[in-house]
Amino acid sequence: MTSVAPQGLPAVFQQSTIDYLAILPLLIVFGVAIVGVLVEAFVPRDRRHMVQAGLAVVGLLAAFVAVIVAAKHQGLTMGITDGASDRRLFALAIDGPALFMQGTILLLGVLGVLTMAERLGGVGPDAFTPSGASTPGSPFETNASRAGALTSEVFPLTMFAIFGMILFPTTNDLIGMFVALEVLSLPLYILSGLARRRRLLSQEASLKYFLLGAFSSAFFLFGSALLYGYSGSFVLGDISKAISTGPIEMNGLLVPGAFLVFVGLLFKVAAVPFHAWTPDVYQGAPTPVTGFMAACTKAAAFGAILRLAYVGLDTGRWEWTNALVVIALLTMVVGSVLSVTQTDMKRLLAYSSIAHAGFVLVGVLAFDSKGVGAVLFYVATYGFAIIAAFAIISLVRQNGGEATHLSQWAGLGKRYPLVAGAFAFLMLAFAGIPATSGFMAKFAVFSAAVGTGGATGTVLVVVGVLCSAITVFVYARVIVLMYFGDPPGDTGDAANAVEVVVPSVTTTFSIAIGTVITLALGVVPSALLDLADRASQFVR
Amino acid sequence: MQSGMETLATLANGAGTYAAGVVTHDGEAHAATGFTSYAWLLVALPLVGAAVLLLGGRRTDKFGPLLATALSWGAFLVGAILFIGMLGRDDGDRPKSVHLFDWVAGGSFNVSAGMLLDQLSLVFVLLITFVGSLIHVYSLGYMEHDPDKRRFFAYLNLFVAAMLLLVLADSYLLLYVGWEGVGLASYLLIGFWHYNPAFATAGNKAFVMNRVGDLGLSIGIFIMFFHFGGVDFSTVFAGAEAVNGVNQGFMTAIGLMLLLAACGKSAQFPLQAWLGDAMAGPTPVSALIHAATMVTAGVYLVVRSAPIFEATPDAQTVVVIVGAITLLFGAIVGCAKDDIKKALAASTMSQIGYMMLAAGLGPVGYAFAIAHLLTHGFFKAGMFLGAGSVMHAMDNQVDMRRFGGLFSLTKITAVTFGVGWLAIIGFPGLSGFFTKDKIIEAAFIGVGWRPWVFGLAALIGAGVTAFYMSRLYFMTFLGKKRWTDDVHPHESPLTMTIPMMVLSLGSGFLGLLLVPTGFITGWLNPAFGIAETAEEHPVVAPIIITLVTLLLIVAGVGLAYLRYIRDDVPVLAPTGSLVTQAARQDLYQDQINEGLFMRPGVHLTRSLVFADSKGVDGAAGGLAAMIGGSSSRLRKLQNGFARSYALTMLAGVVAILGALWVIS
Repeated sequence: MTSVAPQGLPAVFQQSTIDYLAILPLLIVFGVAIVGVLVEAFVPRDRRHMVQAGLAVVGLLAAFVAVIVAAKHQGLTMGITDGASDRRLFALAIDGPALFMQGTILLLGVLGVLTMAERLGGVGPDAFTPSGASTPGSPFETNASRAGALTSEVFPLTMFAIFGMILFPTTNDLIGMFVALEVLSLPLYILSGLARRRRLLSQEASLKYFLLGAFSSAFFLFGSALLYGYSGSFVLGDISKAISTGPIEMNGLLVPGAFLVFVGLLFKVAAVPFHAWTPDVYQGAPTPVTGFMAACTKAAAFGAILRLAYVGLDTGRWEWTNALVVIALLTMVVGSVLSVTQTDMKRLLAYSSIAHAGFVLVGVLAFDSKGVGAVLFYVATYGFAIIAAFAIISLVRQNGGEATHLSQWAGLGKRYPLVAGAFAFLMLAFAGIPATSGFMAKFAVFSAAVGTGGATGTVLVVVGVLCSAITVFVYARVIVLMYFGDPPGDTGDAANAVEVVVPSVTTTFSIAIGTVITLALGVVPSALLDLADRASQFVR
Repeated sequence: MQSGMETLATLANGAGTYAAGVVTHDGEAHAATGFTSYAWLLVALPLVGAAVLLLGGRRTDKFGPLLATALSWGAFLVGAILFIGMLGRDDGDRPKSVHLFDWVAGGSFNVSAGMLLDQLSLVFVLLITFVGSLIHVYSLGYMEHDPDKRRFFAYLNLFVAAMLLLVLADSYLLLYVGWEGVGLASYLLIGFWHYNPAFATAGNKAFVMNRVGDLGLSIGIFIMFFHFGGVDFSTVFAGAEAVNGVNQGFMTAIGLMLLLAACGKSAQFPLQAWLGDAMAGPTPVSALIHAATMVTAGVYLVVRSAPIFEATPDAQTVVVIVGAITLLFGAIVGCAKDDIKKALAASTMSQIGYMMLAAGLGPVGYAFAIAHLLTHGFFKAGMFLGAGSVMHAMDNQVDMRRFGGLFSLTKITAVTFGVGWLAIIGFPGLSGFFTKDKIIEAAFIGVGWRPWVFGLAALIGAGVTAFYMSRLYFMTFLGKKRWTDDVHPHESPLTMTIPMMVLSLGSGFLGLLLVPTGFITGWLNPAFGIAETAEEHPVVAPIIITLVTLLLIVAGVGLAYLRYIRDDVPVLAPTGSLVTQAARQDLYQDQINEGLFMRPGVHLTRSLVFADSKGVDGAAGGLAAMIGGSSSRLRKLQNGFARSYALTMLAGVVAILGALWVIS
C-alpha cells in the first residue's frame, strides 16, 4: 500500500502565485453575491427587486467581460510549483474548456436571472413564494403575502450558485471540485423549494434533491479518499502521473475511486442510474429555476467531468471507460424511453434532459479534442434552448397557475401562434432537426465519437441515433398537440381557459435570445464551433 | 478564352482517337471566336422573355406577347448570322465550341457547360427559331382574346429556349437539362387550359409518358459515365469509336436507353399514346410541338448519337424497327380519325417514324432523316396553323364530318393547306417528294430480309399517307357543306395567314433546295464524319421505287376521292370495319397501356400498400408499442420515494463496481 508514498507539502514554505486577472470572473460573481446579501439587508423593500435583479445581471455581464480578459491569462494558478519534486500544485486551471464553460454559464445565467425576475405586475418575482419558511397554507403565509413580502434573496442565491458553477469546471484538484460542487448545490436546494404555487410539491422536490445530493456527495468524497490513497494527492495532475507510473496491484483503489468520483459528478448531469431526482425536482422547482438548473448545472458538471476524464484520470481510462459507456447507454435509452409516457411538460423536459446528458456523454467518450469541442458546443446550444423552453412553460397558465399538463397545451398553436411557434421550434431543436442548433450539436458529438471513439464510439452513436428517433416522437407529439389538438374543455369560460400571459420585457428577452441563438447556431454554427474547437485544450 | 482553348484541346484530343470504319470524325470543334462566341444569346433571348413575362406579372400584359415574339425573332437573327458565318468557312472549320462555365467540378467528374455549334445543331437552330417565331406571330392573332395570353407567350418562349438548349448542348448532361425543359414547357402548354379536366389530364399524360423516356435518357447517361468516365459528346463518342465494332453489351444498352428516350419525346412506338391527347393544347402549341420542337428532339438525339449507334448494330436495328412500326401505326390511325387535329397528330407520328427509320439506317440515312425533319417542320407547321385557322372559322369545331366546302370561303387557308397536303403526300416537285422518296430509297439499301421489310413498310406507308391526308383535305375543304347551322366561316386575320403563307413557301420549295442540289448531304455529312456517301445501291432500281411510290400515291388519292368527294360523307361516323374501329381507338394503345402497365401497377401499389400497412407499419407500430410499454413499466420505478431513488443509485453503483471488479 505504500509503494506510492503520500506526498506532503514541500519542506520550505512557498508563497502561492495568484493571477488575479485570470480568476477575475470568479471574484466578480462572488463579490456580487456578497453585495446581494448586503442589499437584502439594507435596501428598502420596494426597491429591492429592481436593485437585486439589476445587480445580478450587471455582475454577470461584467464577469463575462472578465472571462474575455482572462482568456489572455490562461494557465494554472493559485498554487505553487514544487521545485524539488517538479509537482505543480495548483488549485485552479484557467484554460480553454474552463473559460468556455464559464462564459456559457454566465450568459445562460443572465437569461436565467432575467426569467426569474419576471414579476407579472406583482411586487416580487412571480415564480417564488413571498415567504419560503412558512408552512404552506398557514396563516403565516397569508400574512406574509398580505404584508407585501417578497423573495428577492433568490438573486444572491443564484449568484452563489453561479459562482459554484463557474468554479466547478475550473478546479484542478478534488478538494476544490468538491467545494465547488457544494457551493453550487446548496443554493439550488433552497431555490427549488421556493415555488409560489404547489408549494408542497416544491418543498418535497427540494428535500429530495438535498437528500440525494448529499448521498452523491458522499460517493464523491469516498472516491476522492480512495484516489488519495492511491496517488497520495488530490491534484489532478498528480493523480494522472501516479496512474501512469503506479503499480497495477493498486488498481483495487484506483478503479472504485475513479468510478465513485464520477458518480458524484454524473449525479449532477442526471445520468442513469443517478437520475431519479431529476423529474421530481424539475417538476417541483419554480419553472425559471428549473430552466436555470437544466442549462447551467449541466454545463458546469460536464466541465468538471471533462477535466476529470481528460486531465485527472486520462492515463487510467481503460479502467473506467466501460463503466461510463454503460452509463451513457443507459442514460440515452432510459431518458428517451421514459419521456414517451410523460404527461407533464416539465417532467417531459426532465427526461429529455436526461437523454441529452447521455448524448453529451457520447461526446465525452470520444477521448479527443474534437470530442471536447463537441461537448462544449452541445452544452451551450442545449442551455440556450432549454432556458427559453422553460421560460415559455412559465407563461402558459390556467387560473393563474402554470398549466404544465400536456392536455392543457392542446390547441395552443391556434390561439397563440407566436409562442407556440417558438416552442415548437425549440422542440425541433431538442429533436435534432436540421436548421436548429440541436442538429449541429448532435452531429458534432456523434461525428467525434465515430471518428475517434473506435468500435465503442460507433455503438454509442448507433444507440444515440436510435434514441434520438424515439425522442423525435415525443417532441413531435407536443407540436401535433399544440397545432392539431382541440383545446381542453372548450366551454367558452374565459376565466377558466388556458392562456399565455404577456410577460415583461425580461422574459420576452430571454425567450427571444434563446430561440434566435438556437436558430442561428443551427444555420451558421461555424463561429461557435470554431471557438469550442479552439478552446478544447486543457492545461495540466 | 483560356478555358475555351482548353475545351478545344480536349475536343481535339478526343477527336484524334477515332478514325475507323465508314464514319471518321475529322470535323473537330474549334473554340469559337468572333460572333460565334455570342451563341449563348440563342438560348438567353427567349429565356429572358419567359422570365420577364412570368416574373413581371400583369405589368407585362400589354407588351409581353410582342416582346416574346420579338425575342424569338431575335434568336432567329442570331441563328441566321451564325449560319451565314458557318457557310463562309470550310467544312473542317465549321464546328465551333462555346465554353460557357465550369458546371460540375467534382473530383473525377467534371462537366463544363458549353455549346457545340456544328452543321447539325445549326440546322435545328434555324428550324426551331424560324418556325417557332412564325408560330409566335400566328399566336398573336390566335390567342388575342385569351385572358392568359401573357402566360401563354412566356411558355412559348420557354419552350423555344429549352429546345435550343437541347440541340446546342455539348454534353448529354446539358442536353438533359434542355430535354427536361422541353418536357416541362410541353406539359404547361398542353394543359394550358387546365380548368378543363380533360385537358389537364392530357398534360399529365404527356408528362408521365415522357418521364418513361427521360428515365431511359438518365440511365443511358449513367452507363456512359460508368464506361467512358464522362458525359460530354467528345468523350463519349471517342469511347464509342474505341469500342469499334466489338458489339459490347453496354453499347447496346446505351443505344436502347437513348432510343427509349427518343421514343418518349418523339412519340414513337411504344410511347406514342400521349401525342393524340396533346391536341388538347391551343393549336399553335400543337404546331410548335409537331414541327419545331419536342417531337424532333428524339430524332435529334438519335442522329446526334450516331457514333454510339454505329457501334451497336443491334440497337440500330431496333431503331429501324421502331420507326417502321410507328410509321405504319400512325398512318393506319390517321385513316380513321375524324378530329382534324388528331388526324394531323397521327400523321406526325407516322412522319417521325420515317425519320426514325432513316436515322436507324446509318450513314446512308442521317442526312435524309434531317432533311425530312426540316421539310416536315414546314409543311406540318403550316397545316397545323391551317387547322387552327379552320377551327377559327368554324367556332372551334374539330370534327371534319362537319366541315366540307370551305375552299371558297377560306381561300388563303385552303391554298396554303393544300400546298402542305401535296408536300406531305409526296407530290412530285414539292418538298415531301424529295425527302420522303430518299428515305424510301435508303430503306431499300442493304442485304437479306431487311431492305424488303423496311423498304416495303416505307412504301406502303407512303400510299396510306396519300389516302388519309387526301381524306383530311377533301373532307375539310372540298365536297358538300356539312356545317352546323350556327357557324359562319370566315378567313382569319393577317397575323395568322401570313405565317401560313411563309410556311407554305417552305413546304413547296425547301425540298427542292435541299435534296436535288446535294446541299443537305454536303452540309451534314461532314458533321457525321462521312467523307463521301458510300456507293450503295438499293435492291431495286431507284427509278422503279419512285414510280411505284407515285403509283401508290395516286391510288391513295384516288381512293380518297372516290370515298370523300364522289360519295357523300355521312355527318355521323358509320360503324366501319373492325380495322376502322381499332384505328379510331388508336389501335387500342390506351387499353393496352392500361392492361399492361396501369392495372398491374395499381395492383402492385395496392399490395405494396397492404404490405406497408401490415408489415412495415406493423413492425414500426409494434416497436412503438414496445417502447411505450417499457416506458410505462420503467415509470413505476419512479415512485416518488426518496429512499427508492437512493436505493436505485446505490444499486447502480454496486452493480457497476461489481462488474468493473470482475473485468479488471
